[in-house]
Amino acid sequence: MAIEENLKIELGKQGVFVTTLEELYNWGRRSSIWPMQFGLACCAIEMIATTMARYDLARFGAEVFRPSPRQADLMIVSGTVTKKMAPQVVRLYNQMAEPRYVIAMGACAISGGPFKQGYNVLKGIDRYIPVDVHIPGCPPRPEALIQAFMTLQKKIDEQPLTGENRPRFLNQNAQGEFPVPEPADHDLEPPSNPGVWSAPVVIR
Amino acid sequence: MVSSPYFPLVVLFVVALGFGLAPLGLAWLWARFFSPRKPNPVKNSIYECGLVSKGDAWVQFRSAYYLYAIIFLIFDVEAVFLLPFAVAFTGLNAAACAAMLVFVLLLVEGLAWAWAKGVLTWA
Repeated sequence: MAIEENLKIELGKQGVFVTTLEELYNWGRRSSIWPMQFGLACCAIEMIATTMARYDLARFGAEVFRPSPRQADLMIVSGTVTKKMAPQVVRLYNQMAEPRYVIAMGACAISGGPFKQGYNVLKGIDRYIPVDVHIPGCPPRPEALIQAFMTLQKKIDEQPLTGENRPRFLNQNAQGEFPVPEPADHDLEPPSNPGVWSAPVVIR
Repeated sequence: MVSSPYFPLVVLFVVALGFGLAPLGLAWLWARFFSPRKPNPVKNSIYECGLVSKGDAWVQFRSAYYLYAIIFLIFDVEAVFLLPFAVAFTGLNAAACAAMLVFVLLLVEGLAWAWAKGVLTWA
């Protein structure tokens, strides 16, 4: 931060607007998050409702649902990810341009939800791709999705453009490819991407 | 040259061209110098709604499909005329019925021709 927060507020009261390139850059990025237009299950219905007049996602600059991953910034995994669909979802994530973000919408996208015991259901999309915001619910209401958007915007706002904690898309050495799982005899191969996910430790 | 009546048009044309090209150029420069590229085979492959892309995108479609479109169009137009014909059928005289029959038979003849030519068989 090049300028102290208090000084900035004080200047703002005097009608002087001070900003940094980083803030301006992040303001532009967070105000135009274009989601990818794809839905997996019933959560997608809530996602559609969020974009409609009553909830009006356009207020967040995110109403432009792109039908191609090349133009999308955000992937909303809205619904149950079956093991048949998981390779496609991971491949689509790989085909999105950086910077890209993921919202895991609903219990199914987070953990498999009510279908967790099913032989054909992936137990959470975060096994293969890095998820930025998880929203629980079955399905989450449009308000919850809007909350997720606001959380993501806050996250983007706080991202430094330089230094150790800079986001992946500004880091030349950061990993850009996430391996696409292949269907095997009993499960997907590999069953998870160890770079983004590790089995949670149960504390008894 | 400045005195030419078309000079303002030339100026406007240049400004309009710049207005269109400048953002594209700026975007290109930004992408060229500031965006770290992370290409990989999965990212660069042809977009097929998430499925594995097979072959090239520059495939040629058989012109035979054009014939299906034409034959469909014939019956599409026929349906438009058949509906009012069916509605007004009881009130029609013999001449009108004969005219309609000729119209339908002409289309049937076209279908028979296409059938005989083997257009309806998938190759």
